[in-house]
Amino acid sequence: MADIETTIGQVDPETGLKPMVINLGPQHPATHGVLRVRVALDGEQIRACEPIIGYLHTGIEKNCEDLTFNQAITLTDRMDYLSPITNNFGYVLGVEKLLGVEVPKRCQYIRVMFAELSRIASHLVWLGTAAMDMGAMSPFFYTMQQREQILDLIEMSAGTRMNPSYFRVGGLLNDLPPGFEEKLRAFLDGFPHWLQEYYALLDRNPIWIERLKGTAPITAEKALDYGWTGPLLRACGIPRDLRKTNPYSSYEDFDFDVITETDGDVYARYHVRMREMKESLKIVRQAIDNLPEGEWHVPGWKIYPPNKQEIGRNMEALIYHFKLFTEGIRVPAGEVYSAVEGPKGEIGYFIVSDGSGKPYRVRVRGPSFYNIAALPTLVQDKMLADVVAAIGSIDIVLGEVDR
Amino acid sequence: MAGVEDRPVLFASMKKLAQWAQSGSLWPAQFGLACCAIEMMATAASRFDLSRFGAEVMRASPRQADVMIVAGRVSQKMAPIVRELYDQMPEPKWVIAMGACASVGGVFNNYAIVQGVDRVVPVDIYVPGCPPTPEGLLEAVMQLQKKIRMGGRPMAPAMPSPEEVAQA
Ligand code: SF4
Repeated sequence: MADIETTIGQVDPETGLKPMVINLGPQHPATHGVLRVRVALDGEQIRACEPIIGYLHTGIEKNCEDLTFNQAITLTDRMDYLSPITNNFGYVLGVEKLLGVEVPKRCQYIRVMFAELSRIASHLVWLGTAAMDMGAMSPFFYTMQQREQILDLIEMSAGTRMNPSYFRVGGLLNDLPPGFEEKLRAFLDGFPHWLQEYYALLDRNPIWIERLKGTAPITAEKALDYGWTGPLLRACGIPRDLRKTNPYSSYEDFDFDVITETDGDVYARYHVRMREMKESLKIVRQAIDNLPEGEWHVPGWKIYPPNKQEIGRNMEALIYHFKLFTEGIRVPAGEVYSAVEGPKGEIGYFIVSDGSGKPYRVRVRGPSFYNIAALPTLVQDKMLADVVAAIGSIDIVLGEVDR
Repeated sequence: MAGVEDRPVLFASMKKLAQWAQSGSLWPAQFGLACCAIEMMATAASRFDLSRFGAEVMRASPRQADVMIVAGRVSQKMAPIVRELYDQMPEPKWVIAMGACASVGGVFNNYAIVQGVDRVVPVDIYVPGCPPTPEGLLEAVMQLQKKIRMGGRPMAPAMPSPEEVAQA
């Protein structure tokens, strides 16, 4: 990996020419948002490459300090907006760890279910857009159609399609609505067919294979050095999956495989994600089949607010409600790191509480931030067009990189 | 339009004709910033199908576009680029501010986010929501078409009379 500033100045002894500098983005159709990439080219070969980030810096971490613990959930939605629910997940688990509570089994199962659904939704958007980068337009229209079904399920239970803030500290926004199960089962039954359809569109397409096989490879050691996690690391052959290694929220109850591939190139990443969708489907099916009855939030009113009927009847409930919504949940002072396996890798939250109703500090480990750092290594001495394939395969979300 | 086929010549005001054509084939700049861009993608995709309104030709270059859909939050670092992209678009051009962030800064009232993209470029239509539903964006496109047919232009937004509103 060459440093771009020194590369730009180097004169080729044979031709007497300096490398050409090309700028991609921040407005570019293949950068998946507002990423900017500077590349120094020798002909079409990349001599050096530098991703420039920060065009979507939103100050989310700082803003969290200004909101109560429950309100800050809404901001976590807006980081990785392709799967907002997994963002909520890591955060609420962290706050619950600080509080020292565990949510009932039913809630844990529902959380798992939604986390896996949004993993599928995220991978679908990735598949559609990555295929579009490679010049295949039609997969996008197919994948978005299935994604809409997942969004409908989320809308049904959380009331909004994207950015649902469905998980709350100590529970959920509400229980599964009537009619949810049938709709979910219809989706589960229909989806394998569509998965086959995606394979049919891409998997035997010679252009797709030629373009992806051997493109932007990385070794497992390098990937670990860069702090890669998630499907990208698994595509290098390392079976690291927090759902298996550090099971949270009852993941130990579910039977699923950790998907790995060995090549570490774009094609391997594509296969990992495709097969992961199948595993997620398996988990969702198990969750809905074995969904326990009972409460879906922690008992008492100290953490999870009393319901509306209770407030009308009970003075004490009214007081708790008022306290929770003005001061927020009192979280004991301390600090915690909690991480979940998101669609892009390990989403970690380091939360510090000073004992008040607002977090003192929230630091986010966004997987995309670490993943994009490896871009220069991926494309070193490759063709310019491979940059697009590499960015597509990394599946970055700039909201999470810049926060 | 009954009986049109019998007439060899049609008379129309050039201005009206141009407005009709412009409103029927909007070319948005393919330019997503944040979460709202995903909903913009969903609007263009199969279920909501923006092409029903003739506005699906997303152009990657602003020089080929005439509508800028500002989909997402505009950071201080991004604001000059948004302006540059707007300046690169040929006239006549329109801007849709999609979502709470692009309209007023949304939930991010802080050091990083421009409190409304109308501080940088003139906005024709504001779409509420965080993110707006695809239906919301479709409604915005329809409103913009209405505005174009009434002769609305950026910089000098025409305030139509009630009669004109009824006509359009
Ligand atoms: S309005 Fe909401 S959905 Fe849209 S960019 Fe802002 S935070 Fe994201």
